[in-house]
Amino acid sequence: MAWKVKLINWEAFRLTIELAVVVSAILFVIGLPLAYWIAFSRWRWKFLVEAVVALPIVLPPTVLGFYVLVALGSRSPLGRMWQSLTGHTLAFTFTGLVIGSILYSLPFAVQPFAASFSSVNRKLLAASAILGASPLRTFFRVVVPLSAPGLVTGLALSFAHTMGEFGVVLMVGGNIPGVTRTVSIDIYDQVQAANYAAANAMALLLLIFCFVVLALVYALNRANVLSTVSSREWRRTSPAG
Amino acid sequence: MPTAESSQPLLCVNLRQTLGSFQLDCEFVASAGFNILFGASGAGKTTLLDCVAGLTTPDGGRIVVGDRVLFDASQATNIPVAKRNVGYVIQELALFPHLTVEQNVEYGVTKLSRTQRRERAISILREFHIEQLRDRRPGKISGGERQRVALARALVTEPRVLLLDEPLAALDAPIKAKIIDDLRRWNQAHAIPILYVTHSREEVIALGERVLVMEAGRIIAQGTPHEVLRAPRQETVAQLTGFENIFDASVWLVHEDRGTMTCRLPGSKPKTFVLLETPLIRAQPGSLLRVGIRAGDILLAIVKPEGLSARNVIAGRVVSLERRDMIISAHVDCGVEMEVYLTLAAQEALRLTPGSEVWLVIKTHSCHLMAK
Repeated sequence: MAWKVKLINWEAFRLTIELAVVVSAILFVIGLPLAYWIAFSRWRWKFLVEAVVALPIVLPPTVLGFYVLVALGSRSPLGRMWQSLTGHTLAFTFTGLVIGSILYSLPFAVQPFAASFSSVNRKLLAASAILGASPLRTFFRVVVPLSAPGLVTGLALSFAHTMGEFGVVLMVGGNIPGVTRTVSIDIYDQVQAANYAAANAMALLLLIFCFVVLALVYALNRANVLSTVSSREWRRTSPAG
Repeated sequence: MPTAESSQPLLCVNLRQTLGSFQLDCEFVASAGFNILFGASGAGKTTLLDCVAGLTTPDGGRIVVGDRVLFDASQATNIPVAKRNVGYVIQELALFPHLTVEQNVEYGVTKLSRTQRRERAISILREFHIEQLRDRRPGKISGGERQRVALARALVTEPRVLLLDEPLAALDAPIKAKIIDDLRRWNQAHAIPILYVTHSREEVIALGERVLVMEAGRIIAQGTPHEVLRAPRQETVAQLTGFENIFDASVWLVHEDRGTMTCRLPGSKPKTFVLLETPLIRAQPGSLLRVGIRAGDILLAIVKPEGLSARNVIAGRVVSLERRDMIISAHVDCGVEMEVYLTLAAQEALRLTPGSEVWLVIKTHSCHLMAK
């Protein structure tokens, strides 16, 4: 049985899931207001913010990772502040990894959120205000329920994207077992060491896991009768539909 | 419906708003009961309602409901939408698709306890005969039922003024009439002004009461439907109210003894004209005005009729005949082109075809004079 244990690095697997869960949870919390702002703000320079949010999609992860590393390192004000507060640098820690991953996966959460917020019919928002609802009440009672599929998609994409990231992790986290060695890095290591069986096992595990997660999400979105049917219903109630 | 309070003005609007090349500039007072805002699409009716509701901020003016100032440009008062306590059913209704009928109706009632909210919602649902739909979603009910839900949702908040933007435009007449009855009954118990937007002439006549006619951002006439529709003084009113034929004219001769006058209409060809005998108004020969004639008020004859009371018998030639549902619209050139409505039977009996020579017969009092 010993060879089997070696084939699959459970520690890396657990670490990867932990990272993905933490990152997607934080992205959900900061992504909602950011996406709301992107969807509803009329600020003329908004497109600049949208471009910045979309940057991680086009930038090589190494570029992003490099700057995150520099920003977290002891030479930057941010890194120094963190060091004076905690006594150690952010680079090559799990927290550093979380920060890098949040930036890296930001567009994968914010863009689906913003798209689904924008697709909520503005007349419904007006109707809510006319009925005396505050913007916050409108957000939670109308915008969020009608954006549910987009929110689930954004959450799933940021989770899956963090699960599979490589470049940023390598740059920011290095390769410390149990702290920053994620599945993708472990696979890379195994291939470098010509342990193809182990690399294959880990790769297959990641593949199956990600497939199952995504399949669940899409099944959930489909079964989410409430939101999908109702968006159809809304189209039917509007005379233009 | 005249109740004790209805004489007291409850909604005072005076506003100016520029949207590109469009200018809204209107002033009116609406009392409790139905106030019909009538006008063609693009006249600015919805913009006006949006201003009262607070969805659009006017450039200037003042909006007061009862003793509460909702908007006053001179004092920089602009109560936010959510605090105006205005009921507004927009054209699209905007029912929340993810909420049940009951949840939709309860949405605007927040200050009460859960059971009280429920009671209020149920009681208004009952008043509008949709209690049985309370657990259904808006997508699963009929158009008429959705209108009732939208009304109930607006009224349950006990608004100080109710704005309805063509709320019943898409409904069949019997359903429409029933909803109006329920709304009237509600309005009797809650004497608030209802600003009811429509572009349908039939609806104006059916609803009765006070009409505000809107054209190009202005209120151009107001009064009872009878006053506004039967005695139009402005050409814009005439176009809105069913005069197919409107002509520029000048007073040619005044026959005080006969109670009529002769007006001269410039012909379609240069240096030609058509003379029409019209009712007498206070006007000097040479003064300019407009004449409106309904297509349905003109008779056609294929031989020159004699011994008629009608003072205008004009020769012409049929230019075109077009069937519209159960009537024929004939365009006749008699110096000016006039549209005339005929029944199918009349067209057949007279064997009218394009080119037929005809006589147009127009009564003096079918010529409606309007200030130019």
